[in-house]
Amino acid sequence: MFYSIDLTVAWAFLLAFSVFVYVVLDGFDLGIGILYPFFRKKEDRDIMMNSVAPVWDGNETWLVLGGGGLFAAFPLAYAVIMPAVYPAIIAMLLALIFRGVAFEYRWRATSRLSKRAWDAAFIGGSVTAALAQGIILGAFLQGIEVEGRAYAGGWWDWLTPFSVLCGLAVVVGYAFLGACWLNMKLEGEIQHRVRIMARAFFVATLAGIIAVSVATPFLGAGYAARWFGWPQIALTAPVPLLIGGIALLLARSLFAHGRDIWPFLLALALFALCFLGLGVSIWPLAIPQEITIWEAAAPAKSQLFMFVGAIVLVPIILAYTGYAYWVFRGKLDPEKGYH
Amino acid sequence: MDTFLGFDAVMLARMQFGFTVAFHFIFPAFSIGLASFLAVLNGLYLWRKNEAYLRLFKYWLKIFAITFAMGVVSGITMSYQFGTNWSVFSDIAGPVIGPLMAYEVLTAFFLEAGFLGIMIFGRDKVGPGLHMFACLMVAVGTAISATWILSVNSWMQTPQGFAIAENGQFVPEDWWAIIFNPSFPYRLAHTLTAAYLTTAFIVGGVGAWHLIRGHGENPGVRTMFSMAMWMATIVAPMQIFLGDMHGLNTLEHQPAKVMAMEGHFDSHPEGAPLYLFGIPDQEAQELKYAIGIPKLSSLILKHHLDAPLAGLDTIPREDQPPVAIVFWSFRIMVGLGFAMMGVGLWSLWARFRGRLYEAGWLHRAALVMGPSGLVAVIAGWITTEVGRQPYVVYGALRTAEAHSPLGASAVGTSLIAFVVIYFVVFGAGVAYILKLMHHAPALGERGVRVEPGPIRTSGITPDRQMRESGHDIAPETS
Repeated sequence: MFYSIDLTVAWAFLLAFSVFVYVVLDGFDLGIGILYPFFRKKEDRDIMMNSVAPVWDGNETWLVLGGGGLFAAFPLAYAVIMPAVYPAIIAMLLALIFRGVAFEYRWRATSRLSKRAWDAAFIGGSVTAALAQGIILGAFLQGIEVEGRAYAGGWWDWLTPFSVLCGLAVVVGYAFLGACWLNMKLEGEIQHRVRIMARAFFVATLAGIIAVSVATPFLGAGYAARWFGWPQIALTAPVPLLIGGIALLLARSLFAHGRDIWPFLLALALFALCFLGLGVSIWPLAIPQEITIWEAAAPAKSQLFMFVGAIVLVPIILAYTGYAYWVFRGKLDPEKGYH
Repeated sequence: MDTFLGFDAVMLARMQFGFTVAFHFIFPAFSIGLASFLAVLNGLYLWRKNEAYLRLFKYWLKIFAITFAMGVVSGITMSYQFGTNWSVFSDIAGPVIGPLMAYEVLTAFFLEAGFLGIMIFGRDKVGPGLHMFACLMVAVGTAISATWILSVNSWMQTPQGFAIAENGQFVPEDWWAIIFNPSFPYRLAHTLTAAYLTTAFIVGGVGAWHLIRGHGENPGVRTMFSMAMWMATIVAPMQIFLGDMHGLNTLEHQPAKVMAMEGHFDSHPEGAPLYLFGIPDQEAQELKYAIGIPKLSSLILKHHLDAPLAGLDTIPREDQPPVAIVFWSFRIMVGLGFAMMGVGLWSLWARFRGRLYEAGWLHRAALVMGPSGLVAVIAGWITTEVGRQPYVVYGALRTAEAHSPLGASAVGTSLIAFVVIYFVVFGAGVAYILKLMHHAPALGERGVRVEPGPIRTSGITPDRQMRESGHDIAPETS
């Protein structure tokens, strides 16, 4: 029994890790789509897209691991959450289709009109996917109605002011990540403009973080107790303090000039801390206010079988994914690009 | 009852799953074979140092990139369909099939996605050896992916190695028995071979198209047509043999499916006929206007003319699959399989007469048969999936009990969204692929996109390439 508990916790961490990797990796490439409207010139758009062309596919695979891992390790949670946020999931999937194919179609389109159409698909798909992901997060945080082993709420329960707030926060957060990525990958005039965007979206992201953080304790008694109860406040208090510290460093790296890699790395740290904060809010629930991770867990035999593989394979995946990033490292040369 | 356009939620969820999975599978059915073809071309180029192979590699790589992207995005949908539309199935069967699908992600999806960027954009960045390695990893990844997902599907057809817990969940008992369930080896061999055959006929169809258009001197065109026809010659008969073995396995484990495939409503204690044609009438439980060859079905399935074969009259009505769909989809698949073998043998004959590149009627046949693999693959999947009904996990969980607590309008609305968007988005993708196929592999065949100089910024299109080369296409002189 004790080892099945350990496995469940291990799987909760592993899933949280893959969702986090997904959020920051696909976050910056979705962010590029969200920033597209601010760059009208075709050359600018080309180079922005090229900066992620070799890696976007791998980034999106973490979403499949998140969904597949949830299905495998916590089938009950998967079976309850998916119907609860049905329209938002469908919207996200369709949006990801539009933006995913835009990576290829944009270069194949011959007429001006179709080129514009695929640009629009890239923008619309990126914004919608980010918005839907934030709304799903919000709907999850605000709690899901369960009866027996199934979702028991209505078809629009996921749509509330809070979930929309989370959606908007994720959109600006991804745009911020994307701007920091481009600031690292580009140079010259376009980099200057990207940097200004990064500053604006940095402020917007901070506003989003604060708004969601302030609203969360009002969702239910559980959250306030988890954050402000004694003695855990000694452990939870550093999270917002660290967020403040990272924000100061980010402000310095964005407004004063330093190495171009710093804003991106600090933005990753900012996202990691926010993610940690979400973890504090949710732990140890698989469905807020209803089902714990142990109640939702697959049988130990299922979790163990997968865990053996995951422990070996995830480091290998990280190694070759890291290698792929390493191959395409450095500033993009607009004259040469990848080929 | 809650309905949408006359369908209930279960039927709509089935239509949605069937539609999204059939659309999705078109892309991997092509890209599994194409990934291997590209690895072979790149290997031949490195080995023989013949530029013609590199040109072909770049030519098919562009098509691969689009196909792969469509496969990825339509596949992400599939990984969420289980939860959105089949949540009861997910809850109950998740402990058994979830881990297998997680292994697919961990061993295959990351491998493909991680090395795809290097395969497409990295030749000059990593050197030929590592680039070749990336090509191999992508090809291997597609095959590993197929292996896991076919294990899952086969387990749903021939489940074993599990117990049923108090809360109704299926609990794994023996992973070896689950993964290597009875129909898995046959389904894996049959499906992978189908993917290679599908790719061979598409490549052959494109080669044939350019031969018909008078580019018989283009070495790229000749090479692709010749390679494709070798595949057709060798692999199509193998596939018929594998299909037969798969059928015998189905007879052993899912007899009702075979009865539907054969149109055997009645039992035949003294040898069953092979029906070539007929109109299945499930209400009346009979095959109308049947035309058959006496005793042949017994000979094929039991290897004896007088062997008795049970019919659907031994299966309660509520446990029978929809016969008409299975009966016809099976005939389409088998018919196309034999037509493929015919083209393969025809090409062999033309090859021995030294007329492979001049045989106009062979080229026309190969062109018509270009998409035949895709049709056969979809027909085959319809046969096996519809033939499993009314169960989602054969004998253990009924489809009608497996769906999500969703209203018909929710499922119906999303179904319409999927249909409209898939046709628009993937229709455009297919149009771009056809456009790429329309130009013959040229002397200065370009890579996937980004090239030095101003061409990069204006995009690369077949039209532009044609214009730049001064005429419709650039036939090779070397």
